Amino acid sequence: MAQHASKHAAFQALTANRLLDGEVVYFTESGTWVEDFAAALVVESAKAQDLLTRATSGDYEAHIIEPYLFEVADGVPVSVREIIRAKGPTIHSHFTKPFSDKSV
Amino acid sequence: MYRYDEFDNEMVSARVAQFRDQVERRLSGELTEDQFKPLRLMNGVYLQLHAYMLRVAIPYGTLSSRQMRMLAHIARKYDRGYGHFTTRQNIQYNWVALERIPDLLEEIASVEMHAIQTSGNCIRNVTADQYAGAIDEEIEDPRIISEIIRQWSSFHPEFSFLPRKFKIAVTGHKNDRAAIKLHDIGIVITRNGEGEVGYEVHVGGGQGRTPFIAKKMTDFVPRNKLLAYLEAVMRVYNMLGRRDNSYKARIKILVHETGADEMRRLIEAEFAKIDASNMLTLPDKEAQRIMAYFAPPAYETALATSDILQAAQSANKDFTHWCATNVVSHSQTGYAIVNISLKPIGGIPGDATDTQMEAIADCAATYSHDEIRVTHEQNLVLPHVRLDDVKAVYDALVPHDLATPNLGLISDSIACPGLDYCNLANARSIPLAQDISTRFADLHRQHDIGELKIKISGCINACGHHHVGHIGILGVDKKGTEFYQITLGGAADENASLGDITGPAFTEDKVVDAIENLVDTYMNIRTSADERFIDTYRRVGMPPFKERLYAD
Ligand code: SF4
Repeated sequence: MAQHASKHAAFQALTANRLLDGEVVYFTESGTWVEDFAAALVVESAKAQDLLTRATSGDYEAHIIEPYLFEVADGVPVSVREIIRAKGPTIHSHFTKPFSDKSV
Repeated sequence: MYRYDEFDNEMVSARVAQFRDQVERRLSGELTEDQFKPLRLMNGVYLQLHAYMLRVAIPYGTLSSRQMRMLAHIARKYDRGYGHFTTRQNIQYNWVALERIPDLLEEIASVEMHAIQTSGNCIRNVTADQYAGAIDEEIEDPRIISEIIRQWSSFHPEFSFLPRKFKIAVTGHKNDRAAIKLHDIGIVITRNGEGEVGYEVHVGGGQGRTPFIAKKMTDFVPRNKLLAYLEAVMRVYNMLGRRDNSYKARIKILVHETGADEMRRLIEAEFAKIDASNMLTLPDKEAQRIMAYFAPPAYETALATSDILQAAQSANKDFTHWCATNVVSHSQTGYAIVNISLKPIGGIPGDATDTQMEAIADCAATYSHDEIRVTHEQNLVLPHVRLDDVKAVYDALVPHDLATPNLGLISDSIACPGLDYCNLANARSIPLAQDISTRFADLHRQHDIGELKIKISGCINACGHHHVGHIGILGVDKKGTEFYQITLGGAADENASLGDITGPAFTEDKVVDAIENLVDTYMNIRTSADERFIDTYRRVGMPPFKERLYAD
């Protein structure tokens, strides 16, 4: 599951881990990185590379590591991997993160 | 136990100070991630799905109660109250913040622990039989030579940038509990015709994408020549190992492509050169010095049977079951080896909370000459318990859910972190282990089934040893969803073998049923309760299992 975005993806969002503590973060419309997937900016795949370039240039990039794009459909991440990253591990109920899909 | 000398102390403290500086420079932006990543990996810091993970070395799986208490303290202060014991006898913390890791490393250094050589293309932490120094019929405590290897290999400049990572395991007993044939180098302590202790060396075992059982390179290397022999193996590997393709870079591929005979010849030629220089001949005095650290503890004189133990067994059936499964006889009369299962029914294999770790540390301090061992099957061991104290240990473990009588049974599975944590995973491993354990929760049923080793990996890297599970389960990714491939007939012991794939992979909701079908098939066709699952598989092969598995 190392490859995150399929070639046929219609929509994608941008994620990374926070440098300080490794927390999963998402890039937002206002150019910030936040923990909540619901705030993630979702763009059409044609614009996804531009998003990656914008987010990893200048100041933004210093605070996050290993940014990449992933596929989103119907307001939720498509792969199990990205759902687990958004919600937390499935094995410790008390580590589950608040999660709402983007269609709500 | 081994105690750090001045050199070890200096080396570890210097490394902590160096890493503190590197972290500060990374956080200030002076170092880029590309520059920093290899530095953090050299200190056991990985980036996982949700956070950084720190892997702390537990050399040859031996811990004192003081060290275990420190691991509990780290879990509480820097993590979320638990740690995960791994198939390499190490511990991993899943939720550490980068900025706090230098402080964490400083704290563990105070109890002679570190995270060096738990990552990167170097010789990794040496692993050994968890019953070292306690089991009957052992030729020699494998931790002695493991410690000598550790000292030789730590920061060895020639072997800090190998083609790939390199793992060494040692056993001093004919029953291999250290999976030595699945390591880059596996060492069996042996005796020659004159009764001298020496080493049988196997090279080129490994799991991952292309699994191989190691090939025996020599029947006997004398004690004082072992480092020279190992250096010869490493040199051949360093010279000829593939650096152009990481999938082909392990020594197992070199042995396979070169052929065992030619490999043996190359090693012998290199060995002759090193041996002639005498540079790496181990002085007897040094061997004796290390040996003294692993001298047996001050055992009390005791009878071979214990009235206290027998009375407790008569009074408590659960305790009797636990003794039958988890307690092993000791080389010292009147003592026992106690296995602590980290696989409670429905639990997470290998996880221990801070309070559990502290309870185990207390048990070790009071009842086990201050020693704890970590097993590659993700359990813990109290190696030296008086028979008179076995019930007291049990009573101390029960309230902490540490006395599940399932050692070697179907619920005692190995599972790697998988897609719940691991950045490389295809599928989750832990929930599957939990579901299987819950399905077979009835301990009578488990005992009836007998020894059955299930091993689960979340990807082909095989950290969960699926290739050598009696039943192996491998997570595969099909377009972002989890599937599981099943293998049968693997074994990691002295009769090591690699499992055979049953056929098409199963979806997540079908795997546990598939496992139950396999178990039912075995129960129907085994010749007696003494024929283990692996024996039945070796007798009848794949057909009856496959037929049942894919019947619908
Ligand atoms: S086997 Fe794969 S999924 Fe499991 S821990 Fe290793 S790399 Fe991660």
